[in-house]
Amino acid sequence: MSIWADAWTYVSTGVNWTGKHGLTHPTFDGGWKFAHDSIAALTIEHLYMSAAAVITAAAIALPLGMALGHARRGGGLTVMLSNVSRAMPTLALLTLFAASSIGFGNRAVIIAAAIFAFPPILTNAYTGMANVDADVTEAAVGQGLTRLQVALRVELPLAWPLVASGLRTSASQTVATVPLAALVAGGGLGVIINTGLATQAYGQVLAGGVLVAALTLGVDAAMGLLQRRLTPLPLRVGARAVA
Amino acid sequence: MHSAAPNPWLSWRYVESNWAEISHQLSIHTTLTLEAVAIAFALAFPLAVLARNVRWLTRPILGTASVLYTIPSLALFALLAPFTGIGRTTVLVGLVTYALLVLVRNILTGLEGVDPDIVDAARGLGYSKSKMLFAVEVPNALPSIVAGLRIATVTTVALVTVGVVVGYGGLGQLMFRGFQSSYRAEIATSSLLCVALALVLDLAIVAAARAAMPWARRGRSA
Repeated sequence: MSIWADAWTYVSTGVNWTGKHGLTHPTFDGGWKFAHDSIAALTIEHLYMSAAAVITAAAIALPLGMALGHARRGGGLTVMLSNVSRAMPTLALLTLFAASSIGFGNRAVIIAAAIFAFPPILTNAYTGMANVDADVTEAAVGQGLTRLQVALRVELPLAWPLVASGLRTSASQTVATVPLAALVAGGGLGVIINTGLATQAYGQVLAGGVLVAALTLGVDAAMGLLQRRLTPLPLRVGARAVA
Repeated sequence: MHSAAPNPWLSWRYVESNWAEISHQLSIHTTLTLEAVAIAFALAFPLAVLARNVRWLTRPILGTASVLYTIPSLALFALLAPFTGIGRTTVLVGLVTYALLVLVRNILTGLEGVDPDIVDAARGLGYSKSKMLFAVEVPNALPSIVAGLRIATVTTVALVTVGVVVGYGGLGQLMFRGFQSSYRAEIATSSLLCVALALVLDLAIVAAARAAMPWARRGRSA
């Protein structure tokens, strides 16, 4: 069990959290980057990359899924998109980006992670909107609401539990995927794992794995709380992921 | 970064001259995937039946499986390495872990979704518990079980590549080496083969399911 002891030593050493030279350091071209010897800096970088990926994906997938679901069209397309994306290995996408003009580093990782964050958001937004009782939307139209009003004021609140669980699935999946960035010279908590692996410091690998798992569970819990807060009261019956 | 040397995305010459290695990694990739899904299914089925029959076990079983799922693949493979060594076993254990959650959840959902009237009718006919399970409940739950198998298989194909961190990643091996040497054809070829493998296995499961469920061939699909 010395690996657990090593992991504990790694996590409980103060300098591993703060880094030897602080959280950030300057780059050659006058910018700055997160220090890769600091758990705190890597956590922030990890969260930043995950958030950027999920927000990018949501900015496209939410309106698209809602529009398709509102029109009740394109169900086949969303299913196909989500299936194909499962088959595409993240590593393949990351290495493909690295070899193309996108290059490697954090930007490529954010784009790759956004592509993987896309399908759960799209599928759930579509399913949620498309499954709203047709009688309800008809009644809303009958009351003189415009199509946009029906979509935003009637369908969206009713579809929200499913839409939110899509966002949640996508977020925790992204936080758990971003560690692969370390394999292609990106940042985030994967760096701890990768460095540990390279130097055969398995305690550090364990520590990195536990940190990422904890972060994933934490993000999922936070999203769950937010989801509950934003769910209209009458709909707060255990709505869970349909990823 | 690259000089004048040509570095195409796809090169038939690369495929031809390296076919021995590509096919070797492809077969590793395929056997690993099939083995992992088969083992995961063998574990998931009794677990799901147990979770269904013993009410208070449902939450712990599903909960453990979903916590396992949050462990990043990179970390899991790396973590298992000191215990199970570098290579095949490590990757297999990791893959089974990830396939397990999907399968348990879908088998459980399928079993729970069986129409109670059907179960009642079978009970009226005097079916024993095991006969009920295999002759009535499982066939009725098949669509959901098949859906789980498809997701598990396709995600496993993609996950095998991460096994590269412990030196046993099938096509991921080629992907990663292509990345290290900035050789595009190697990356693109192995990526395409991965996706193709996933599609072929997916279609095979769909075909097998159609053969196993003659009653579902018309009308609604899985």
